[in-house]
Amino acid sequence: MTFYEMLDQTGSVRPCYAEVQNWVERTGISGLNRRLEEAEAIFRRIGITFAVYGEGGDPERLIPFDLLPRIFTAQEWRVLDKGIRQRARALNAFLHDIYHRGEIIRAGIMPAEIIYQNSAYRPEMVGFSPPGKVYSHIVGIDIVRTGPDSFEVLEDNCRTPSGVSYMLENREIMTRMFPELFGQGVVAPVDDYPAELLKSLKEVAPPACKGDPVVVVLTPGALNSAYYEHSFLADLMGVELVEPADLFVDEGRVWMKTTSGPTAVDVIYRRIDDEYIDPLTFRPDSLLGVPGIFNVYRNGGVTLCSAPGSGIADDKAVYVYVPEMIRFYLGEQPILSNIKTWQCAKPDECAYVLEHLSELVAKEVHGSGGYGMLIGPKATAEEVAAYAERIRANPSEFIAQPTLDLSTVPTLGPASVVERHADFRPYCLVGKQLRLVPGGLTRVALTEGSLVVNSSQGGGVKDTWVMQD
Amino acid sequence: MLSRTAENLYWMARYMERAESTARLLTMGQRMAILPGAHHRDEWRSVVRATGSEANFPEDSHVKETDVVAYLMLDLDNPSSIRSCLAKARANGKSARTMLTQDMWEALNEGWRKLDSYDVAEARQQLPGLIDWVKTRAMTFRGAAESGQLRNEGHDFLRAGGALERAQMTLRLLDVKYYVLLPETEVVGGTRDHYQWTSVLHALSGSRAYHHVYGGAYTPWQITDFLMLNRMFPRSVAFCYDQLAYRLNRLAGWHDVRATCDDTVHEMVAGLENVDSGEIFRRGLHETVQNGLTMTNRLGMEIAQAYHFG
Repeated sequence: MTFYEMLDQTGSVRPCYAEVQNWVERTGISGLNRRLEEAEAIFRRIGITFAVYGEGGDPERLIPFDLLPRIFTAQEWRVLDKGIRQRARALNAFLHDIYHRGEIIRAGIMPAEIIYQNSAYRPEMVGFSPPGKVYSHIVGIDIVRTGPDSFEVLEDNCRTPSGVSYMLENREIMTRMFPELFGQGVVAPVDDYPAELLKSLKEVAPPACKGDPVVVVLTPGALNSAYYEHSFLADLMGVELVEPADLFVDEGRVWMKTTSGPTAVDVIYRRIDDEYIDPLTFRPDSLLGVPGIFNVYRNGGVTLCSAPGSGIADDKAVYVYVPEMIRFYLGEQPILSNIKTWQCAKPDECAYVLEHLSELVAKEVHGSGGYGMLIGPKATAEEVAAYAERIRANPSEFIAQPTLDLSTVPTLGPASVVERHADFRPYCLVGKQLRLVPGGLTRVALTEGSLVVNSSQGGGVKDTWVMQD
Repeated sequence: MLSRTAENLYWMARYMERAESTARLLTMGQRMAILPGAHHRDEWRSVVRATGSEANFPEDSHVKETDVVAYLMLDLDNPSSIRSCLAKARANGKSARTMLTQDMWEALNEGWRKLDSYDVAEARQQLPGLIDWVKTRAMTFRGAAESGQLRNEGHDFLRAGGALERAQMTLRLLDVKYYVLLPETEVVGGTRDHYQWTSVLHALSGSRAYHHVYGGAYTPWQITDFLMLNRMFPRSVAFCYDQLAYRLNRLAGWHDVRATCDDTVHEMVAGLENVDSGEIFRRGLHETVQNGLTMTNRLGMEIAQAYHFG
């Protein structure tokens, strides 16, 4: 039985949704749809778009926005908040461990090959401790809800999780258009996220930094699909948005080219993948990178956020072990559980997956963005057979999970409020301390029955409210 | 400020200015092409010469309106077409997004793909409307910068780019039409020249202003004075030079350095001070205009060097 977050077991509107329910009744569906058009016009004029590659048509599209907020109670948030912070700490402890003594492997909890043979593992990082021992400074944790009290982690994002600009803009649009909904101060604010991010970044300034750290956001450029977010965050933090060509390395520091000559940079919030960041250390064919930046990093001349090699912590093969990491490094019981996952790398689990593929969701270990996955119950027999072939050919590249009965949230349809499946991504900031603004990004599958919420696959976004006591 | 950001602001203003100037030139072309005897004079050629794109048109036949509209309005392969300029100004804006106000960005972003849907036939048919639309975009952008942008170095780079581009457009128009101004008589020869000059003044949005300053008659001295030397007319070469000197002086102040561009702009301003149009004719109008084009190009390169552009 799918949990519809708006209603309780008896079918009555849950108290946290009461005000929204009143508002829907007062305004009417056609009234709300008119306001939605206004909201979209504002989004497009401001330029909150994402780029879609290689499909023709409008190269800059809007992410569909849904007017009805997704709501968590204060009690629900207390659990989420603890669970998210716990996970962010464990993932960072794990990263420090595997680039040093590898205690978790010595203890026999994780097999060595999952780590040392993983393409996301960066041998260049071995023995180096980044400032504060922080590797992943922004941990985005994708959470699904399967019942009133069941929250489960779908995956972790330890590199540079995107989407936080939508969290902020969705709230901005909602407060601008419907101030009456926020009048009583019952919704926890999220707009201090950029200030919290800047604090976290300054806390991990490198040893070479003297005085107030100079922070920059590093973007691949205006053609990147998340460019809007890069400029948005730089703008709200009041720091420079730099491209690789703006940076160079000299005398053990990283400098940006300014109109007054070179200025030293201390902390780089980079939105460029590891492989492209330094052609001298990683991919030599990268045109994006800053030659020599990795050496400066290792010698304490600059801090890269996230650290190169953080990606291994969000690898789907590693994901399976996160509950064990929490027990091992923190000595705590996991607050948020993992989804049951079969690793095709293990022969018995692979056999099970192949036998039950039409009931499962299968994913590539290194895939992201909803590409390259199979949703068994929604696939044709041919699609299932073809996917099974791919698994047989390369079992260690795949995992499978049960098809989850994701909760649904109220969503504005053309003629009525409809139920649609959703997930949730909060953004935990890690500096000298942990910071988590009460909220995150709710992604919603706009097609009836669909479980795919990715914006690249027709998903939309909505504002997420955490109610205050 | 990042050098790339400064460069983006500088070029953004140049592209917007260029889009507007090109739109005005198309108006001039249309006006001149309907004058008596226009066919013999190949009027559209002067339009393409003023944009520096004559090489793209055959020498041995008349330049046709269709080709000019296609090339100057719509052709994305022409880096100076209106469509290219608007797209590049927006791309520059996107790269310097953090330095723009919301209004400036919206002025660049609004309708940026409008011209994608036009073919030449439609564009010719709706030319006056499209030209007005381009001018409105440029004026909205300038207005947004004027009324909302912080007066920091970014604003100075933006305004310097605009002033340099504008000076060059006036100089190129003079370059193309200078021969009509050669003073064989006190009054520019006959009705034909009269219309040519009203068209040029119109293209620079200065036909009414001219009469306010000089009264009714068109003389080569007065027209030259107006377009080269008049410090009240915001499209005159001297006015644009003054603006450039002002902006570059502020930039030198921000950075507490003097570069070669600062000396060059002083030389340019001084060259037009205490000079009247009679003196310009004695030196040679053509040579003066050519010299202006050389100096503005040089200044552009020196600005790029001084502030570490790409």
